[in-house]
Amino acid sequence: MTRRGRGVPLFAVLLAVVAVAFFVLPLIALLQRAPWGEFWHDLSQPAARDAMKLSLVCSLWATALSIVFGVPLAYVLARQEFPGRALVRALVVLPMVLPPVVGGVALLYAFSVNNGILGGWLLDTFGIQLTFSTAGAVLAETFVAMPFLVITVEAGLRSMDRRYEDAAASLGANRWTVFRRVTVPLIWPSLFAGAALAWARALGEFGATITFAGNIQGRTQTMPLAVYLFLETQQGTAIILSLVLLAVSVIVLVLLRDRWFGAAQHGA
Amino acid sequence: MGLDATIEVQLGTLDLHVALHASEGETVAVLGPNGAGKTTLLRTLAGLVPIDGGRIVVDGQTVDEPAARCFVVPERRSVGVVFQNYLLFPHLNVLDNVAFGLRSRHVTRSESRRRALEWLERVGLADRAAVKPAELSGGQQQRVALARALAIEPHLLLLDEPLAALDVGTRIELRRELRTHLASFPGARVLVTHDLLDAVALADRLVVLEEGRVAQEGPVAEVSARPRSRYVADLVGVNLLQGTGREHSVELASGAVVVTAEPVDGPVYVAIPPQAVSLHRNQPEGSARNVWSGRIQGTDLLGDRVRVHVEGLVPLVAEVTTGAVSELGLADDVEVWASVKATELTIYPT
Repeated sequence: MTRRGRGVPLFAVLLAVVAVAFFVLPLIALLQRAPWGEFWHDLSQPAARDAMKLSLVCSLWATALSIVFGVPLAYVLARQEFPGRALVRALVVLPMVLPPVVGGVALLYAFSVNNGILGGWLLDTFGIQLTFSTAGAVLAETFVAMPFLVITVEAGLRSMDRRYEDAAASLGANRWTVFRRVTVPLIWPSLFAGAALAWARALGEFGATITFAGNIQGRTQTMPLAVYLFLETQQGTAIILSLVLLAVSVIVLVLLRDRWFGAAQHGA
Repeated sequence: MGLDATIEVQLGTLDLHVALHASEGETVAVLGPNGAGKTTLLRTLAGLVPIDGGRIVVDGQTVDEPAARCFVVPERRSVGVVFQNYLLFPHLNVLDNVAFGLRSRHVTRSESRRRALEWLERVGLADRAAVKPAELSGGQQQRVALARALAIEPHLLLLDEPLAALDVGTRIELRRELRTHLASFPGARVLVTHDLLDAVALADRLVVLEEGRVAQEGPVAEVSARPRSRYVADLVGVNLLQGTGREHSVELASGAVVVTAEPVDGPVYVAIPPQAVSLHRNQPEGSARNVWSGRIQGTDLLGDRVRVHVEGLVPLVAEVTTGAVSELGLADDVEVWASVKATELTIYPT
């Protein structure tokens, strides 16, 4: 910082300070407006408790579905060359940049009972209705969360030394054993990071959920939806729920700190 | 029995075309420069790279023959591999690494561990069973890799540069140790290396691979005494000349003539050990029949010896003492005379 000539220009430092303030100020505002005295009281309201319970259940289901379908998808993308692989990868990543509300509308026309492509068939065949149900909220969260898991796990698979898989095969392990006993343990950090990111994304999902699953307390009203609703009626509860979501985000960041910040510091 | 293979593979710029045989109890060293196809050759034997043509037979069973649409996947071959850098599974402890092959072959967990521990005892590492591979020294990792490969009781053992990852100090001792362990393995062994000393210490027979082809093969002593390519000659450290023999002389392409002790005829190689080359500042008169002039182009210090590169009609490397270097004032660009007695030459047909 004290070296002259090779330092960062002053105007860049000033703009950087403004940028940091821009990130920090809302957090301070949130903490400052929080009704700390009524913290437990607000949290234990039925609507808040329902929202938290539902958020936890839905986000964990979304994470589980992301792992079950996302890991094989990442494996295929990383290991199998096929025509259109780049296109498939682009489609998988699309929900990360797509406005969630558009995702919700798209899901609606895929799974709605009245005018969805699969909705009527699902209802007739299995008696499943996804719209305006908890399953629908899970589906909406999975839609936006799974890409985070897929790209993280795919990156892990690409960077691992595949010769370990060769070594396992030479020792007599079939492909499933190799995957289970060598590949998964070796990419475990990526899998963990991908799952954590997917979970955090699922937990915060708003647009696709409210569009596709609606805002029904105890069924589809997850924490972000409850925050949006309470902001009109009970600001205190909205702030408390926001703080809980903030705390979860911080915890996820701390869990991933070695992966992200450690790597950045080592210039990797 | 043992290994019988004719291998044809096209992989990128590599065009591998090799016949390889190893009997039971025999160690064959595949020696060659980087990119010669050594590792690819091992991978075809292990089933990690399918061959495009030819046939691989391990212990009487054909494991790869494209013409017959036969290909046995790696996990069904009876081939143990010690990989370069050993590739011990970092997330498993030493015991589970060695037990991995048995577990994959549906041996029960307790039985696998019991047998793995026996193998660890054999390589002297039973007390390290519970630690992760990262905590082991390079030499210990090599022994664990060997135990892991042998625990599945393969018919063929492949070793890819088993000593390359070790530092020079421990290398000599581990080379000797590896030889003992190899001797106790009854099947055929194929060792890939770029180090002649490894090959000499561990192998019965040498196969020299250059650009995907066998440049030379035979017993270790034979190959090192009569190199047939520049690479092998450099490796064993002898001067290799090529020319046409007539009566008691060999005419080189440069026009220079080498006088021989015995009559020779037709195209031949002439091998001259650097120790047999004497250097002089003035044209020598003596019993040496071969005297050539040249100019010094570089010197390498080898302990108390110096290798002097002499450029001229007959390019040679001479090995002299450090005393001779200072006494004669041998330095770059100095004109010298090199002499070699005809009886010091090894001459053999190309």
